[in-house]
Amino acid sequence: MRGFALRSHLDRWLFRLRGAEAGSIVLVQRRIFILPSRHGMIYVAALLLMLTGSVNYNLSLGFVLTFLLTALGVNSILHTFRNLAGLRISPGRVQRVYAGEHAHFTLAIDNPGALERFSIGATRDGKDAIFTDVPARQATTVSVAVPAPRRGILRAGRLTLFTRYPLGLCYAWAYVEPDVSCLVYPRPEAPHVPLPLPAPHAGHGVVHGPGQEDFSGLRSYHPGDSPRHIAWKAAARGQALLTKQFSGRADTELWLDWQATPAALGVEGRLSRLARWVIDAHAAGLSFGLRLPGVVLPPAPGNAQHDRCLEALALFQTGENPHGAGGR
Amino acid sequence: MAPAADRLHPRHIGWLLLALIMVVAPHVERVPWWITLLAATLLVWRLYITRRGLHLPRKWLLFLIALGGIGGIYISYGRILGRDAGVALLIIMLALKLLEMATLRDAMVLIFICYFLVITDFLYSQSIPTALYLLGAVWIITATMVGFQFRGVQPGYRYQLRTAGIMLLQSMPLMLVLFVLFPRVQGPIWSLPQDAYAGISGLSDEMAPGSVSKLILSDAIAFRVSFDSQIPPANRLYWRGPVLWDFDGYTWTAPRLPYMARREYQALGDPLEYTVTVEPHSRRWLFALDLPSRVPPRSTLSNDFQLFYQTAVNNRVRYDMSSHLSYRDNAEPGRRELRRALALPANTNPRASALASQMRKTAADERAYIGAVLGMFRNQNFYYTTTPPLLREDPVDEFLFSTRAGFCEHYASSFAVLMRAAGIPARIVTGYQGGELNTVGNYLTVRQADAHAWAEVWLKDDGWVRVDPTAAVSPERVEAGVAAAVPQAEELPLLLRGEYPWLRRVRMTWDSAANSWNQAVLGYSQDRQRELMRRVGIDDATWRSLATVMLVATGATTLVLALLMLRKLRAARPDPVTAAYSRFCERLARRGVARHPSEGPDAFRKRAAAARPELAPSIGSISELYIRLRYGEAARAADALQLKREVAGFSP
Repeated sequence: MRGFALRSHLDRWLFRLRGAEAGSIVLVQRRIFILPSRHGMIYVAALLLMLTGSVNYNLSLGFVLTFLLTALGVNSILHTFRNLAGLRISPGRVQRVYAGEHAHFTLAIDNPGALERFSIGATRDGKDAIFTDVPARQATTVSVAVPAPRRGILRAGRLTLFTRYPLGLCYAWAYVEPDVSCLVYPRPEAPHVPLPLPAPHAGHGVVHGPGQEDFSGLRSYHPGDSPRHIAWKAAARGQALLTKQFSGRADTELWLDWQATPAALGVEGRLSRLARWVIDAHAAGLSFGLRLPGVVLPPAPGNAQHDRCLEALALFQTGENPHGAGGR
Repeated sequence: MAPAADRLHPRHIGWLLLALIMVVAPHVERVPWWITLLAATLLVWRLYITRRGLHLPRKWLLFLIALGGIGGIYISYGRILGRDAGVALLIIMLALKLLEMATLRDAMVLIFICYFLVITDFLYSQSIPTALYLLGAVWIITATMVGFQFRGVQPGYRYQLRTAGIMLLQSMPLMLVLFVLFPRVQGPIWSLPQDAYAGISGLSDEMAPGSVSKLILSDAIAFRVSFDSQIPPANRLYWRGPVLWDFDGYTWTAPRLPYMARREYQALGDPLEYTVTVEPHSRRWLFALDLPSRVPPRSTLSNDFQLFYQTAVNNRVRYDMSSHLSYRDNAEPGRRELRRALALPANTNPRASALASQMRKTAADERAYIGAVLGMFRNQNFYYTTTPPLLREDPVDEFLFSTRAGFCEHYASSFAVLMRAAGIPARIVTGYQGGELNTVGNYLTVRQADAHAWAEVWLKDDGWVRVDPTAAVSPERVEAGVAAAVPQAEELPLLLRGEYPWLRRVRMTWDSAANSWNQAVLGYSQDRQRELMRRVGIDDATWRSLATVMLVATGATTLVLALLMLRKLRAARPDPVTAAYSRFCERLARRGVARHPSEGPDAFRKRAAAARPELAPSIGSISELYIRLRYGEAARAADALQLKREVAGFSP
């Protein structure tokens, strides 16, 4: 454990890790590190072999070739370094995700110089790198997939930008830790959990207006739906029973209540169920409210309500500030 | 399965095959035909697999092919290691690796083997064309490697070639630094395989009828000589090689151990100073004119004036020489030496012996006898030819009495036999005669075709004296070279014929370039390196001082390259028009009239002129020029200058 701490301390000093940085990051010279790649090592070994051969056979052109390739290797250090140097990295938008999915952090890579950059890789864990080219005086974006195992706020963390271009003999890299994060919703429970019944006092908090009778879509039939709203024409064509949706209707409003979920599911399980309900209720076009211990979101329809509710579920009892998370 | 980025694309295979063909091609004429066939088959197989998108062959099949290849090499060469067999093995392994390679990682290994094969090509030839060709191959290999690294858009083969070319060009200065300064050691580090220097032609230590005329067909260069002063006339240029003492009736041979006793001589006239660069010939002789008055380093002089290098000459050797062309050999040869120079095998060439004793009786003294023999060659029906008839037993008899057509070795051999039969000590000297003046580089080129054999006789008052019987038959041979001496119809290397003056000119220029190449590049050795260091003030260069100098120079070269390369990284400088206009905007901004990012130049002009009415004329003029240069149809260069000038004079 102590060795690990020492190692991370050393890393922080050597690679000048300094935590997340806001705004765009320019890959200046001291941010870029370079080492021979595995192929570079084999190349050096091959050069040694060639040098030995040249000495042994007193082969003048052997020396010439060996030294030309040595110089080429040295030159490739400069080229590889140059391929990464001077790029400006700015974090982009992050789509919110559900736990268990991958968050895709987008980086805009801007190349202000007159040189085209090839094969810039971006990775979080060193395994699955995404490569991109950046033409001169242009910008491209890469998105780095970061696994989001838990709900809450996911930081982008330290990302590695690297390149081996042009010869593959050197590996140049830079660490960037942009100050972005992604909101991770709870993993929704598997579908087909029936929604709770709407509140008994229909009309409570209902918005009455001219759009009350506006048809807004269809959803699958739930027991208790008024027969007046069943899409009989569709049923006559042999389809399953569908219920017509009308926006702002009083009888589609419901409360998604923490207390209504069985305690046996545990905190995360109950949040999962609530997330599933939020998704289904939103898909059904219902006006719904959310009641959590300490949080009450009054019923409303629409996307904003969907996001608000899922955000509340994501941050439930995490103590995190929702404003730190990346926007939708 | 490898990740997508690591997978080989048909385009990669195409490049790799091209690189491979380029490095293997020079070996094709040297390896047995079946190796070429096998390699070509494997190559086509890989191409077929790539085209059809088939699976690679199974490992055991490749293993069997590899075993078969090794067996074949053993049968063809009698070994599986050594220079030639090793190259053949490398070619087969390279071709097999093609069929095993699935990822870019494998392909990179193949690239490195390709580079290594380039070096094996140099084992056989280091000439300028070879070097240029293989530089092209290195270019292709490097471009292949660049192609592997494109992960996104493929910018096309031109870009690939350009990148590789630029990188190689940028590597040249550092290559030069390393070549000159890398501390050289005298190889070999370990003993070389037996066949390391096979196939190099040159003189040998024995001479039978036909052995010198065989060399005449080769225009390979034996050595080059540059003189400090006037080059002596061709008929004085006798480059001494092996001296042959022993005759078995058919073949002349050199003693196993040369006589090393000191010679006494009296030099007549000043010595001639010159520098010789000998091509490798895998024997120990160094060549010099007549009597060497200096012994080059790492060599010894025998008492029959042969120069021996300490080892076989397997690399180009360069040495400064001085010789006396006129001298008097004072020393009395030992009895054993004289006996050796008189020995004739019994019962061989009986008619020649009879002729000798008959002629000796009629001649007044030894000199008269020599004159009589030369006169016989000159006046009777003897004929000089590069294609003499084949001689079997008693070649001297056959030559003297029936064929009478021969090359220098026939004349020299017959002459020496006639001398010995008459009691005059005689020996054969082989070497080269004459040489061709290269007027471009002002040096003398001596080719294998200039190989010659002559005789030396020992006379009581004068010691060993050179007699060239060929000169009696064909004086042109020693005065103007073989080309002049033989009829035009006879077979001679194209380059030796004198028919086309322009061809000679081209050849001389070419040879001069080759000579400079040999001296400067191929001949660069430990000695030359020390000499160079001494010239720049580093006396007594050790590997340590050399390494220090090398590291400093490497660092400096790399730094310069880095500065040049990284310069381009900065944002490209705006064009002069934009630069001038932004200077103008900056100056106004300092006076409180800043242009908004979204404000067009015309709108800005109006606002600025309103804000600073006293500057309105110049603001208007500058803005108008800028608008015309940027958006106008017929912008002129003069406008740009005008804009620059006005902005420079604009000081709000």
